[in-house]
Amino acid sequence: MKRIATILLWLLGLAPFTHAQGTLSINGAGATFPYPMYSKWFDEYHKQNPNLQINYQSIGSGGGIKQVTEGTVDFGASDGPMNDDQLKAYQDKHGFGILHFPTVLGAVVPTYNIPGVDASLKFTPEALAAIYLGKVTKWNDPLIAGPNKGVNLPATDIVVTHRADGSGTTYIWTDYLCKVSDEWKNKVGKGTSVNWPVGLGGKGNEGVTGTVKNTPNSIGYVELIYAQSNGIPFGEVKNSSGVFVKASLAGATAAASGAAKEMPDDFRVSITNAPGKTAYPISSFTWLLIPTKFSDAAKRDAMKGFVAWMLAEGQNYTEALAYARLPKEVVAKEKKALANVQ
Amino acid sequence: MNARLRWRKFVSGLMLTATGVCALVAVSVLFFILGYLVFHGGTSVSWNFFTKLPAPVGETGGGMANAIVGSAKLLLIATLFGVPIGFFGAVYLAEFSGSAMAFVVRYAADLLNGVPSIVIGIFAYGLVVLPFKHFSTLAGGFALGLMMIPITLRSTEEFLRAVPNSLREGSMALGASKWRAIAGVIVPAAYRGILTAVLLAVARVAGETAPLLFTAFGNRFWSHGWSEPTASLPVVIFTYAISPYEDWHRQAWAAGLVLLVLILVVNIVARTVLARGFTVSRS
Amino acid sequence: MALTSTTLPSAGPVTGSRSFVSRLRDGDEIARLVTFLFAASVVLITLLLVFELWQASPLPRHKFGFAFFRTSVWDPIFDQFGALPFIYGTLVTSSVALVIAVPLGLGAAIFLAELAPPKLSDTLEFFIDLLAAVPSVIYGLLGVFIVVPLMRQYVQPGLKSAFGFLPLFQGPAYGIGFLTAGVVLAIMVIPYIISVSREVLLAVPRDQREAALSLGSTRWESTAKVVVPFARVGILGSIFLALARALGETMAVTMVIGNTPIISASLFSPGYSIAAVIANEFTEATGDLYLQSLIELGLVLFLLTFVLNGLARLLILVTSQRGSARGAA
Repeated sequence: MKRIATILLWLLGLAPFTHAQGTLSINGAGATFPYPMYSKWFDEYHKQNPNLQINYQSIGSGGGIKQVTEGTVDFGASDGPMNDDQLKAYQDKHGFGILHFPTVLGAVVPTYNIPGVDASLKFTPEALAAIYLGKVTKWNDPLIAGPNKGVNLPATDIVVTHRADGSGTTYIWTDYLCKVSDEWKNKVGKGTSVNWPVGLGGKGNEGVTGTVKNTPNSIGYVELIYAQSNGIPFGEVKNSSGVFVKASLAGATAAASGAAKEMPDDFRVSITNAPGKTAYPISSFTWLLIPTKFSDAAKRDAMKGFVAWMLAEGQNYTEALAYARLPKEVVAKEKKALANVQ
Repeated sequence: MNARLRWRKFVSGLMLTATGVCALVAVSVLFFILGYLVFHGGTSVSWNFFTKLPAPVGETGGGMANAIVGSAKLLLIATLFGVPIGFFGAVYLAEFSGSAMAFVVRYAADLLNGVPSIVIGIFAYGLVVLPFKHFSTLAGGFALGLMMIPITLRSTEEFLRAVPNSLREGSMALGASKWRAIAGVIVPAAYRGILTAVLLAVARVAGETAPLLFTAFGNRFWSHGWSEPTASLPVVIFTYAISPYEDWHRQAWAAGLVLLVLILVVNIVARTVLARGFTVSRS
Repeated sequence: MALTSTTLPSAGPVTGSRSFVSRLRDGDEIARLVTFLFAASVVLITLLLVFELWQASPLPRHKFGFAFFRTSVWDPIFDQFGALPFIYGTLVTSSVALVIAVPLGLGAAIFLAELAPPKLSDTLEFFIDLLAAVPSVIYGLLGVFIVVPLMRQYVQPGLKSAFGFLPLFQGPAYGIGFLTAGVVLAIMVIPYIISVSREVLLAVPRDQREAALSLGSTRWESTAKVVVPFARVGILGSIFLALARALGETMAVTMVIGNTPIISASLFSPGYSIAAVIANEFTEATGDLYLQSLIELGLVLFLLTFVLNGLARLLILVTSQRGSARGAA
């Protein structure tokens, strides 16, 4: 008994480390898609500002919105903008508002695994919607084969895969499908989780990538970086100008540029199916959610300092991690909006 | 030897060999998992792994020191919270209670055991995180402790019950009061089983991710004290495993390996340091 | 014969009622009170959990009522929620897991308790307990990388060709689905069965075995007909532990079950379980009805566990024999 007691006391005394004096700790929560980017940024910023620790954890966009509304974290992050109800809930709870700051761009690609087909397939919006609605069931259907003359598509059943977990990637994908297909809009709708007419659910981008990789004749949608790093083929998508564009960082930035002219002041905008010849149609911003008022002046200055850094030097780190940088117009607009954080 | 006896002997040999095969299968699975982890993550386990903080993507030399310490802290709180409740509750069930109360408590423990870990996390979130408006190691330990209670309770009760009545009668005959008999004779007799129960419970919660997401949250940096968010091995494994980077995948496997080895070490240390001189196993 | 009750009478004069104070001075009453409080706290915690879940999910009860149990649609956009496919998936995967894990686990426990020399038994047990420490995420990943391809390429086609006339083994072999989830769960719960069963088997008094052997039974007969029944209650306790673990597992299941809310007789079909859908959708759920429906699903799982435990206990009661292992379940 005594032995147990001494060991426990020893562990208890050892475990809590002395609190480092003078360190400011800020916590943030939210989207998983930009996690690698944010962790790189916060680490770099910490190197430049050793007394500041910004701790970001990816518990999901919805989780980020919830936690920042509850006040358990200092800022949030989300792949989909907060809707009006959520903004109102935040306002009601805190007495002041919350702002959206786009950070980087992502692209969602249709990836597939068809034995014998190495070429990059061309997908029209109608084809993608029809596949995911379950109306087109075979790979050699005219809707798919039409733009892909010269590719030998088999007459096999398409195994559709989608995300099982609620996710910003699903939000972007379904948002795009809503814009290009009325039937999708009326039957399924857009959101982080939807009632999929057909298909298997994979957990996370990794899950969908893995399922597609291992299941012949399958199709799925994943963030660009997952398709690239796993070496699986992904197709080109026809944009609103009629050009088939293969997803790339430049294409995503072009989409944001195209949308920048119409961008609302609060940056809550969807840039899927954006205008522009080089725009990739299934692109999206991801946002930081920052309160307009901070009770702690040190935290406020730290956050503002970080966002300013992110808009300038931070953007230089994006391409190395396969994220698309913000277009100049958006950056300029955000710099102005930063003044609203008090 | 007549035919019937030969047949019975044959069946006996066959079935007992079959049990050996079962044991072999169970153990092989474990060694296979260990081997797989070593193969995929072994290269990432280095001195840095145990001493450095995580590095951002693309940089080498990072480690999981904060996650290892965080997991240790969480398990400590969980054990301090969950084991006494499970243990003393089991003592009550085995030694004092009537059958009605015992039935209710066992039922409740089984229900608690079946709760998905994410629901436990949500429950702990509502109880410990929301009122204080921040994530903490304490909240994470609380959630894990909740999960330890049913395993500790049910297993300990079984092992206490398995102590033969002769020991109870013997202490009675020597004039010991009930609690002295329990503390001095019955519990020590079931000691090894109780230790197994506790270690099983610790192992169970050591690898849980979901309850920690909303309680201990996670931390890229060191966590000080008990009321800050903390990193933990399972959460880091989860975060790295769902990323698109091969380097992070390797680190996830390495973290899984380290976690397993750490539990192994805890098992060894507990059994040797805390072992009694005698075991009442085969009576 | 030994006493069949395990409760000891209190030390001290066994006369009529003693005053509370005099009983209190006896350490026993305090011990009883203290341990009672701990035991009661378990019940209280469980009740509090149920209460919290109940309080947090009024909307779906209001809107759907009992139809929640019967409906199969899960649509977060159009606010239609039904629990049936998840209930089905939870039951199927847990059943598959137990069907695999119980014989395997019991067999291994018998080997370790009866046949293996003590040192070997302890060492093997040591390693098997480690299976409980493998993080569920790792189980999920191993499921995806190892079990799923195995199932898709060998096991499922094999089962189909041998038993394809049964509706259980029909349909395309994706590799993921009910069967795969059940297999992964079986591996996860086996250490609980082995660990606890082995300890209770070891605790069976030697004279029981010797009595059987002296009457002419073979080793196996003495084990199967005397020792195991004697330890029956403890073994069943271990199965309860395993069942509970299987019902509540989230991470590993969601990576291999296919996450499709459908009900199908085939084990090859993808499906969904309650724990998996809560884990998948809770962090992103926005909208009160959606969130509360997920919480209500948690309550449904509670109900499921309640009913399953009740049925199992009923089974024990009905098959209980006199003179076998003591204690109720």
